[in-house]
Amino acid sequence: MTTLIENPPRPVGRARRILGRNPLGLLFSAPYLIFVIAVFAYPLIYSIWISFHDFFFTAPGFEADRPFVGLTNYLTAFQDPAVIRSFGNVGIFLLINVPLTVVLSLLLASGLNRIVHFRTFLRVAYYVPYVTASVAVVAIWLFLFNGDGLVNTVLGPLAPDPSWLINSTWAMPTIAFFVTWKQLGFYILLYLAALQGIPKELYESASTDGAGPIRSFFSVTVPGVRPATVLVLLVSTVTGANLFTEPYLLTGGGGPDGASASPVLIMYQKGLQQGQPDVAAAIGVVLVVLVLVVALLQNRFAGGRD
Amino acid sequence: MSRFQKILRGVVLFIGAVAFLFPFYYMIIGSLQTAPDPTIAGAFPNPSNITGENYTAINDRINLFQGLLNSGIFTGGVLLGTLVFGVLVGYALAVLQWRGRGVTFALALLVQVVPFQLLMVPLYVLIARDYGLSDNYLGMILPFAINSTAVIIFRQYFLQLPKELFEAARIDGAGEFAVLRRIALPLVRPALITVVLLTFIGPWNEFLWPFLITKEAGLQPLAVSLANYISNVAATAANPFGATLAGAAVLAGPVVILFIVFQRYFISTDIGSGVKG
Repeated sequence: MTTLIENPPRPVGRARRILGRNPLGLLFSAPYLIFVIAVFAYPLIYSIWISFHDFFFTAPGFEADRPFVGLTNYLTAFQDPAVIRSFGNVGIFLLINVPLTVVLSLLLASGLNRIVHFRTFLRVAYYVPYVTASVAVVAIWLFLFNGDGLVNTVLGPLAPDPSWLINSTWAMPTIAFFVTWKQLGFYILLYLAALQGIPKELYESASTDGAGPIRSFFSVTVPGVRPATVLVLLVSTVTGANLFTEPYLLTGGGGPDGASASPVLIMYQKGLQQGQPDVAAAIGVVLVVLVLVVALLQNRFAGGRD
Repeated sequence: MSRFQKILRGVVLFIGAVAFLFPFYYMIIGSLQTAPDPTIAGAFPNPSNITGENYTAINDRINLFQGLLNSGIFTGGVLLGTLVFGVLVGYALAVLQWRGRGVTFALALLVQVVPFQLLMVPLYVLIARDYGLSDNYLGMILPFAINSTAVIIFRQYFLQLPKELFEAARIDGAGEFAVLRRIALPLVRPALITVVLLTFIGPWNEFLWPFLITKEAGLQPLAVSLANYISNVAATAANPFGATLAGAAVLAGPVVILFIVFQRYFISTDIGSGVKG
């Protein structure tokens, strides 16, 4: 009977054979598909095309000759020490931010998962920085971390000189700590979802076998949330490579002296301020290829066999 | 786990929570100080050092109301696009059988890991130069018009509804659109709130794209005008920190309040599944 209801006897047209049983699905999805093509697929290909051509801004409607120039844009970009430095900076950022994010968010999530009292208050507290605009929280950190701000007042003689954000050693780590704090709520959320999927029995049998809380954290929790860890690694790496707002505002445009400039900040300066979109596109392509390589390596080493 | 360990865990989590909330508390305190007080005493309210002047000062430099309105229009446009088109595609992915369904679902997942930095230059060329949409709400909204995480969340919710419901309505002669509007949509109302919350924080907090596309101060969302204030104007203000923190409080306020009121819809499992697929 069910098959009869699902397939009422009606003539099967050619359109139905090509488009599937409910061609309406395609119609319902058409706006989204057009959106993805217009805003993601086409610009993605266009970006790669721009990076291999001599491209400059023209007035709307004006057709300019844009010759193929091979790797010239890539060479121009990477002969600039500022570009190399920005990639090094983002490397420092990722080395601090990614491990710190994974460790802290997993520890906090497993703590929050078991807590009984003040559950809502605690969760909300950890999510609030994540839901707030970067620009707003940057303003607070500027106040906290400036030369005679509260942080240095509390640290007294231990405060670095020059202060955090204008110190070429500390500028990038400060940004990395800022982003870790700002984004942690989202990763806690992901880990909390993953922790729901670990059967209670595993903890019970671990405890029967005499495992303490630390042992069962490493033998049950850590392997149990491995897919989430792979996701946290991927998302935090992509977010880190996208770094722009923090160096632009916290350190006044990648200062001091380029010590906290990120590749995206350089892309903005070169592409839109100095009118070299082709060089900026080349930096973007290299950055994305590097992110892909890092993501694949992470997946290889953290992903296990599943 | 011993009683001592449980208490220790609670204390650690509580100290962590205070560390996460303190900057927000400090933002409010700082925004109300006549003169910035970076001493430890300055972290506590001091009746002799309280003023509302910073809010007036920032409002003189950047029109807070206009900024909030622009952020609201930008966010509203994205919400409208996501709710209308996201529901349609989520329903099509979960309920309807059509060719290209698998590819569309894969695209919705893939789009979430495409880094914006690669799209920055071509999108700017296309939207600002070719379509002439700079300094325009449409140009601001376009790259965010349909939130892909929302599409996945809608699909998850529609998948959970029993198929028989839809079949029964179809036998009664309801068209597919009527089934979606009268039967499916009322049943996924919690998903609508989750999606609104999740989508809201994107454009409201977004800085890079509206910063690139709007040069005219009257059209800039609050995040952009506040950032311009921080990087250009703050140096010349009497109490730059007070005014900046006042602006930050106005920018952060709506999201934080919305989030606290509806926090129970910000559920880990939904959003986790939305990101993971």
